[in-house]
Amino acid sequence: MALTTDRVTEKLKEKFGDDIIDITLNYDFMTYTLKRERIIEVIRFLYDDEELKFQFLTTMCGMHFPDAKEQLGMVYQLHNMYENVRIRLKIFFPIEDANVPTLTGIFSTANWMERETYDFFGIIFTGHPNMKRILNIDDMDYFPMRKEYAIEDATRTDKDDTMFGRE
Amino acid sequence: METILDIPIHEKEYSYLNLGPTHPATHGIFQNVLKMDGERIVESESTIGYIHRAFEKLAERKPFYQIPPITDRMNYCSSPINNMGWHMTVEKLIGAEIPKRVQYMRIIIMELARIADHLICNSVIGVDSGALTGYFYLFEQREAIYEIYEEICGARLTTNIGRIGGFERDFNETTWRKIENFVDVYSKVLAEFETLLNRNRIFVDRCVGAGPINAERALNYGFTGPNLRAAGVDYDVRVAYPYSGYEDFDFNIPVGTNGDTYDRYMVRSQEMWESLKIIKQALQKCERTGPFHADIPDFYLPPKEEVYTSMEALIYHFKIVMGETDKPIGEVYHSVEGGNGELGFYLVCDGGRQPYRLHFRRPCFIYYQAYGEMIKNGFLSDAILTLSSMNVIAGELDA
Repeated sequence: MALTTDRVTEKLKEKFGDDIIDITLNYDFMTYTLKRERIIEVIRFLYDDEELKFQFLTTMCGMHFPDAKEQLGMVYQLHNMYENVRIRLKIFFPIEDANVPTLTGIFSTANWMERETYDFFGIIFTGHPNMKRILNIDDMDYFPMRKEYAIEDATRTDKDDTMFGRE
Repeated sequence: METILDIPIHEKEYSYLNLGPTHPATHGIFQNVLKMDGERIVESESTIGYIHRAFEKLAERKPFYQIPPITDRMNYCSSPINNMGWHMTVEKLIGAEIPKRVQYMRIIIMELARIADHLICNSVIGVDSGALTGYFYLFEQREAIYEIYEEICGARLTTNIGRIGGFERDFNETTWRKIENFVDVYSKVLAEFETLLNRNRIFVDRCVGAGPINAERALNYGFTGPNLRAAGVDYDVRVAYPYSGYEDFDFNIPVGTNGDTYDRYMVRSQEMWESLKIIKQALQKCERTGPFHADIPDFYLPPKEEVYTSMEALIYHFKIVMGETDKPIGEVYHSVEGGNGELGFYLVCDGGRQPYRLHFRRPCFIYYQAYGEMIKNGFLSDAILTLSSMNVIAGELDA
């Protein structure tokens, strides 16, 4: 029988019950919001389970919501290539404690993806073998994808964009 | 016979070689520090980011219709696919219905782009193994493809082709003629090119067994596209998650077995034939006149003449340019089969003028990290071939 996202939800609920904070369907993607502490266990379970076999990490990326209590977030997208099912996992955590356990033990591809996320969002992946910047210069002292860094130089006074709907 | 490999490790002297960042054989700005034992690579470390341009950050300050030029500059060998990927992501977000004709026109462009991408990669493998003739022969055909782009959108390399909802204008007579002509000529040229390399003794000796990776490691490293298929996994986004009407077409997914340079070459070569097959089918299915964009006035700019004469068109024009159009709040992921793998767009929209967050799943960035493992214990000259056969495009790698 073909695997469906309903079946994935059922199995996850059975195994992790309270650790799943939220389940929503975003367009064609079933999205599970989880507790940060359990993320590796959940992904390991999804990877190892005979029926689920989510053995391909499509992508992962960081997110920043400055207005929320838990400002930073991580998004993981997993893919079961046998049955062609994709799911998305999310975790949120406060910016003061931006530590997430690393996925490199399960997926080799997580290595650079996590370095990229660290580079741009300052999320530290504990246990990562080579946690340093990847695309930006090494002595950069901020994390540019965070929302407080405007793309244009804030000290410029020669441009007035208020007429064009920008602040 | 005692070789250098039999000397105990503590007595060996290793040499370090700095390959790149701007070495002509790396076709882009890639730095690899290699620890060498004679000609053999013991260890390597890649440094990337030399042409990083902060696309994800830039995208957070641009209205949706200004993002295609950013995507152009990722995999610039097949920029139309990137453009279409972005248009389709937005169309998915807003739930736009795209007419069949537009979808087929897009498929023609995307398959032409795939051919342009693969032909560069394949002919460059030839160059790096010492066969320059095939490269010059095929490059003329890339010119033919660029002329088709030029006819459609006016640009050649960084195309910014199409719009959200369709195309900016219909294909003209010349375009159709050029496409038909290209399909005709290219099948002959490609067949000749294959006789140059496919069974060429020197080429085969150089490529077989160079930089191999097995299916398990390839999946673990997140490989997609021709590199994954060369390792024997038949994953193709066009079949797994059909978009833009690919489900209406009849084509095969070529796969390899060893995942070495020769398999990657052959998979790309076969894919070009499949692309030609798709274009031929699309030419049959696609009427020469008809709608060339969807009916979504909130996102598709009205014709300029109407802007000057009709109130409604003027309002829409203003709304689009100023970013006043209402957008659904949500998050959407859409992926297309790019020139070298699954090119994904993860878009978070808060209803504002610009994307709240836009993440590009760039296939190059993801699979290039396996390079160190693939060239380990191989020769330096194999490492060069491996790099060119992986089709790593610096623009996409560094984004």
